[in-house]
Amino acid sequence: MTENTNPQVPANPSEPGKIQDHFDLFHTDTYQDLFEYKRQFEGAHDRDLVTETAEWTKSWEYREKNFSREALTINPAKACQPLGSLFVASGFEGTLPYSHGSQGCVAYFRTHLTRNYKEPFQAVSSSMTEDAAVFGGLNNLKNGLQNSYELYKPKMIALCTTCMAEVIGDDIGAFIQTAKNEELIPQELPVPAAHTPSFVGSHITGYDNMLVSILKTLTAGKKAETTNGKFNFNLGFDPYIGNLRELKRILGLFGIDYTILSDNSDTFDSPNTGEFKMYNGLTTLEEAGDSINAEGSFFFQKYTTPKTQDYITKEWAQKTYNFRPFGIKGTDEFLMALSAVTGKAIPQELQQERGRAVDAMTDSQAWIHGKRVALYGDPDHVFGITQFLLEMGAEPVHIVVTNSNPDFEAELREVLTNSPYGQEATIWGKKDLWHLRSLMFTEPVDLLIGNSYGKYLWRDTHTPLVRIGYPIFDRHHMHRYATLGYQGAINQFNWIVNTILDELDRKTIIPSKTDISFDLIR
Amino acid sequence: MATVEDRKALVQEVLEAYPAKAKKSRSKHLNVTEADASDCGVKSNKKSVPGVMTTRGCAYAGAKGVVWGPVKDMIHISHGPVGCGYYSWSGRRNYYIGTTGVDTFGTMQFTSDFQERDIVFGGDKKLDKLIDELEVLFPLSKGTTIESECPVGLIGDDIEAVARKQAKKTGKPVVPVRCEGFRGVSQSLGHHIANDTVRDWVLPKADEYRQLPEGYEPGPYDVNIIGDYNIGGDAWPSRLLLEAIGLRVICQFSGDGTFNEVVMTPLAKMNLIHCYRSMNYICRFMEEKYQIPWLEYNFFGPTQIAKSLRKIAAQFDETIQAKAEEVIASFQPRMDAILDKYRARLEGKEVMMMVGGLRPRHVVPAFEDLGMKVIGTGYEFGHGDDYKRTADYVGEGTVIYDDVSGFEFEELAKKMKPDLIAAGIKEKYVFQKMALPFRQMHSWDYSGPYHGYEGFEVFARDMDMAINNPTWSLVNAPWAE
Repeated sequence: MTENTNPQVPANPSEPGKIQDHFDLFHTDTYQDLFEYKRQFEGAHDRDLVTETAEWTKSWEYREKNFSREALTINPAKACQPLGSLFVASGFEGTLPYSHGSQGCVAYFRTHLTRNYKEPFQAVSSSMTEDAAVFGGLNNLKNGLQNSYELYKPKMIALCTTCMAEVIGDDIGAFIQTAKNEELIPQELPVPAAHTPSFVGSHITGYDNMLVSILKTLTAGKKAETTNGKFNFNLGFDPYIGNLRELKRILGLFGIDYTILSDNSDTFDSPNTGEFKMYNGLTTLEEAGDSINAEGSFFFQKYTTPKTQDYITKEWAQKTYNFRPFGIKGTDEFLMALSAVTGKAIPQELQQERGRAVDAMTDSQAWIHGKRVALYGDPDHVFGITQFLLEMGAEPVHIVVTNSNPDFEAELREVLTNSPYGQEATIWGKKDLWHLRSLMFTEPVDLLIGNSYGKYLWRDTHTPLVRIGYPIFDRHHMHRYATLGYQGAINQFNWIVNTILDELDRKTIIPSKTDISFDLIR
Repeated sequence: MATVEDRKALVQEVLEAYPAKAKKSRSKHLNVTEADASDCGVKSNKKSVPGVMTTRGCAYAGAKGVVWGPVKDMIHISHGPVGCGYYSWSGRRNYYIGTTGVDTFGTMQFTSDFQERDIVFGGDKKLDKLIDELEVLFPLSKGTTIESECPVGLIGDDIEAVARKQAKKTGKPVVPVRCEGFRGVSQSLGHHIANDTVRDWVLPKADEYRQLPEGYEPGPYDVNIIGDYNIGGDAWPSRLLLEAIGLRVICQFSGDGTFNEVVMTPLAKMNLIHCYRSMNYICRFMEEKYQIPWLEYNFFGPTQIAKSLRKIAAQFDETIQAKAEEVIASFQPRMDAILDKYRARLEGKEVMMMVGGLRPRHVVPAFEDLGMKVIGTGYEFGHGDDYKRTADYVGEGTVIYDDVSGFEFEELAKKMKPDLIAAGIKEKYVFQKMALPFRQMHSWDYSGPYHGYEGFEVFARDMDMAINNPTWSLVNAPWAE
């Protein structure tokens, strides 16, 4: 038993007048001693054993054990359906996202989105408890619809479900009709509904389910004799509101009349005017209703939107186009198609931008070329980054996609096979970030691209992290930038090359030891 | 100066927006405190009204996120579909010391990631196998807790049977926690359920599991810190103070705590409890079973810290009491300097709070130390005993709102125009868009610690930074004035 030799409180802070918060306070001797003293009560393992075990987790042996997991998921790179439902719903005018089931879920969704964007996110719940588990959620839904309609005066309520409502089998379509028949909400209030249990798919599935339901609801009976001359655009579960704005700018330069199906750029980036505005979705219900009469629909996330695209093709008899305007070639293909479909020339301004982007990439390319990269995220997100990395001569090595699917993997594999820089790559479908940890220890890479959760891999493997994805909780304002188009290409490789250069400085910052290469000019 | 009557009228106005039934139910949860009242006069711990935008979470959040989650050397499984574990992953800033992924696991997410087949065929086999896999990959873990999510309770899985079997097989504790999100009306039942699992699954075997520090002899000054979750490191300055007055802290439950510390608890002479709401159950049990008395304390702000240190010391002998006075005196110059600096900047500022646990009352005196006044407060998931205790903390005319809805909070804030709102992340940006200064009182807005003397310095700095933030003066464009 170690005696508490340092129970004295420091009478003064180390520097008088300087307030020490957690960043400094706990590094002081006083607290280091406190931790050491506490340790004996912890039943802690011997320090050598911990070190030894930590080393073992980096081994090939551990990797094999790690990859034989069948039941356990550790640090997955996927969320659940309603998150995507709320996300897409919030891009429509006056729309209140509504989660039918237990109430804790909606607290989590709101928190998650809010932490990423540092913006308010308003959504309501049916607040179902044990009695609803026994008797069903009809009463909760009726009250919930009435109360939320009266209090928050939405133009549309976009309703998705939680696991609870799905497991007990609530008939949400019938429930909503009952609420309307009992005049708790107006008959004409659109209330699209989607089944979104967490045990099926992931957040991108929920995005698709909600979008198709919203479109079905809003376009019912709106099919006209002629088309409206517009094109629809959908970005999928794309966390970069800068992308919506960049797309609109591009379409403006073309002079193309468009409807964005779910424009949540203001939802997640509303101005501070001193007044709180609850609804900021920019896609009007009228426009969305008329989207059935468009000339065609462009999608940028094929694997997020299979049901929506199937619906549009079959029910609307409308042509759908899939593009990934990320990086130079992806953007080229998109712009050429846009030009071909609309008969409008590619604007001079965009051609200039292309030249500048290629010029800038060429300037930085030497620092990126041949760098081995690990990356993870949603299928389409990972796809866009991979094609961009290949353009720069970077070599994707570990590609982890927890919410993967075979079609995606086949399509991406083909791209990798056809590039000299894709030869080292393996697509790890359905794997998680603990698998990735083993991969990064046994087959190290130079760079990791992912969301904020990647910082734990950065800490453990010392691989510098470029934050591209969702969620990004520990860096500010990333979502405001575009990753789409030529401007987006510049932003992305700016993040990548400067992360590499920062890392080089960190590696060479020790005077008279490593600072030989602490170069002024790079 | 608003009178009680003025404020009651204002509450009535806010309630007018509700449909009749919801209005009736919500009206019981809102009140204005009268002079010398012994209670806040609101109903609490009732079901939230559907559709009004409650801020509450669920039992799972209370059990996994609050009580068990911070026990750092155990693995806490989010048992069921992927979402619950994902959203609560590493979100609560329960600081801890350890090598994550090797001997500690606090910022990791473990889930059984239920698929449709698990709903149809049940998840017990998967759970059983999952614990086998944990043993292979994390041999240094000190045990497992299973936090069940909604579907688990609805499909009739027997997680207790799996837990018993695996506890035998692994020789480590495996604790099944039935905290499905539909149970109860908020996080609060999750706290209670988690406390009960400590009572039923851990303490009966405490002697068997316990590893005593070498040469440990029970002493007269052994205490447990209960209900400090070490947000931003809160529990450490608290521990420092208790040790400085001569007590020996043998357990932190659960911030930066270990399983061994949990089983050390019955050896203590007293339970010192900070978050009464989430941990009173286990304190009451230990009082009954082991005759360990418990005492609530408040380490927010110098007034309450001094009061609490004296109250704690009074339970022990004169040496402790003398040391408590020494400690209080030794910090006095630091506190005077801080109050000198910040009172001048914060005097008379008004605050509205809405948080969970203990903070809607415990933080009131810390604001008062800074010369500020709390004009409204309420709990996300408080009970009657919380509101009773709150009456001792707040003055006449304070607006009390239980389980406040988004609508009520916005409307009250618009009418009451506080200088600062102190609530959670979901509220933060709503009010900042209204150009109202805001601080998160769950996560300390990524700052902290706020407990103890050192914590108060950080608290004072942060409140000043929020209220006197120069960007508020930029909200109105000059041409619009």
